[in-house]
Amino acid sequence: MSAANTLHARRARAAWWLLAPMLAALALAAGWPLARTVWLSLTDASLADPAGHAYIGFANYLERDAGQWYGVLADPQWWRAVRNTLWFVLASVGLETVLGVAIALALNVPFRGRGLVRAAVLVPWAIPTVVSAKLWAWMLNDEFGVLNRAALELGLISAPLAWTADPRLALFAVVAVDVWKTTPFMVLLVLAALQLLPRDCYEAARVDGVHPVKMFFRVTLPLIWPALAVAIAFRALDALRVFDLIYVLTANSTSTMSISVYARQQLIDFQDLGYGSAASTLVFLTVGLAAIVYLRLARLRPGALQ
Amino acid sequence: MRGLVCIAAVIAATGSSVHAATVAISCGAVGRELELCREGADAWARRTGHSVRLVSTPASGTERLALYQQLLAARASDVDVLQIDVVWPGILANHLVDLGEAAAAVLGDHAEALVRNNTVGGRLVAIPWFVDVGLLYYRRDLLARHDAEVPRTWPELTATAGRIQRAERAAGSSRLWGFVFQGRAYEGLTCNALEWLASHGAGTLIDSAGRIALNAPAAESIIALAASWITTISPRGVLNYSEEEARGLFQSGQAVFMRNWPYAWALLQDDTSPVRGRVGVTTLPAGPDGRPAATLGGQQLAVSRYSRAPEAAISLALFLASRAEQKRRAIAGGYHPTVPALYRDREVLAASPLFGILGEALAYAVARPSSVTGPAYNRVSHAFANAVHAALAGQSDAASSVRTLERQLRRLQRRGAWTQARS
Repeated sequence: MSAANTLHARRARAAWWLLAPMLAALALAAGWPLARTVWLSLTDASLADPAGHAYIGFANYLERDAGQWYGVLADPQWWRAVRNTLWFVLASVGLETVLGVAIALALNVPFRGRGLVRAAVLVPWAIPTVVSAKLWAWMLNDEFGVLNRAALELGLISAPLAWTADPRLALFAVVAVDVWKTTPFMVLLVLAALQLLPRDCYEAARVDGVHPVKMFFRVTLPLIWPALAVAIAFRALDALRVFDLIYVLTANSTSTMSISVYARQQLIDFQDLGYGSAASTLVFLTVGLAAIVYLRLARLRPGALQ
Repeated sequence: MRGLVCIAAVIAATGSSVHAATVAISCGAVGRELELCREGADAWARRTGHSVRLVSTPASGTERLALYQQLLAARASDVDVLQIDVVWPGILANHLVDLGEAAAAVLGDHAEALVRNNTVGGRLVAIPWFVDVGLLYYRRDLLARHDAEVPRTWPELTATAGRIQRAERAAGSSRLWGFVFQGRAYEGLTCNALEWLASHGAGTLIDSAGRIALNAPAAESIIALAASWITTISPRGVLNYSEEEARGLFQSGQAVFMRNWPYAWALLQDDTSPVRGRVGVTTLPAGPDGRPAATLGGQQLAVSRYSRAPEAAISLALFLASRAEQKRRAIAGGYHPTVPALYRDREVLAASPLFGILGEALAYAVARPSSVTGPAYNRVSHAFANAVHAALAGQSDAASSVRTLERQLRRLQRRGAWTQARS
């Protein structure tokens, strides 16, 4: 009994030793900057003079002064950025998931040239985001863009649309470019899961004459769900932090501003290190909270499906 | 950094000059900027025995400012001489050397407005290098064909642009637009809208004493006029246009009028330009009292406080900004001197017809309230550009945009974002 315990303790100790370098690296690379950001968010630091700052409590987050509320949490633009970001996450990840599963199912069926198609599907994912955003910015250009040209020639629209300039269209344009760019990621992960599925389930289902749609929802989806859930989690957490795509396509425009763009603007453009750090801390909390909620939900979901 | 010191040490040891230093300078890279900067810097190096290293920085102003802020906040000595925009002295003042004493002898050469702009808290933090002002470009051929005068006021521009656009479209040029400008919610829109406001006596947002200077009824009427342009004489896409998008449309022959900076002239007259020889340029339209306004832009040279060779750096900055060097740059590259006397110089005037117009436009120049608002300038500019953008995009009417802007300016002022002189 005690021998087993000692063995267990020794194993645990060995495990901690093996983990130590990784934990140290994590503390240096993620923990320290994070702690510093949280600390700066409680000060009035400015980029013009980062050394001289004073502790001001939670005033950067929320403060009442002369009968008015101030701070990130009282800024309508912050809440607009939150709405934009949530809308972006739901729309882009939703579309990417549906398209990703559909394309993966198609690519899972053996056909000639499948290897080539699989490689081709990955191209958008391989292009750096800034490059693809710039590329799309020109394709979406109102006067010279190929998209407007094609739609005009086909008679779908009567006048060119200002995709990135019109506040009503800009967020759709951003979502469309993101879907184009990151669907391959979903395809790849779902395809990997599909190829691990046991064939006997399908054989049995086919013998029983189960309808293919029913088969997908009853057999395929529950089986690939663990992989799909991870893929969605990755994408959602990534999308919550979206910055480069939006910044290149529409710069600091309020109609498409995400929470990361907001934080950068406060930090760099306005030089407000304290306020910007408060916004960054809130971005971190939002992403962290989303991760926790999502992981809880994802754990419950497969049971609910069956 | 140690590398730099080593190079300097080697140069010193080889005995070319006892105090030889290496000075790093960052200059812009738009058009011929970099080439001219290198030529000027090399000339200085030959004359003084020091050496120069060019540091490349992003072309976009916003990005360059972000880079400078990070370098300077870290007290890095990587760049000794910095090319800075006309609105940055207030933002970067803490990190820059006072050039007042070194430049005392030549300061009288430069336009007074620029010297005032570059003086923050009594310290001259940058020396003027070249100047930019907003100009109106127009299609001479189209105006002649439709028997139209060059518009003198904004309502005239609205009417003429609309008339020519309708007539040309009826005649088959279905994609011609009347007027393009910089309508994206960024610094460029601040420049454009400030011209609308200032020419209509609606103020310049913040006056030099730090008080809010915004005449709401006047601002409302001119912003409402500008909002009426969208989709009638300006494409909706103008809401996301910066300088180059506007130039793209105008240069491909698809616009009658364009508001832009002087740099566009040389490109419009380039051999490959479809509108070469058919473009005219003049001062921007005026307000009811006949006085136009042109936002003052341009670049200055500043010396970092963290420079290891401040004396050599100051010497380089003053050499590049000197009258002789500005004249060379004006003739070779069309860069506009900050020395008013050069606009009467025969050789300079012969180099480009633009210099005559520019001398006139400079008389109407309006500075953005960057020196007085200092570090808060970007917030003021952002609030302004977004309020105007919302009105242009039809998300709010002009009246409520102006009210929002007033409220935001007052809030910034109350928070002590800038120091206000006692009135």
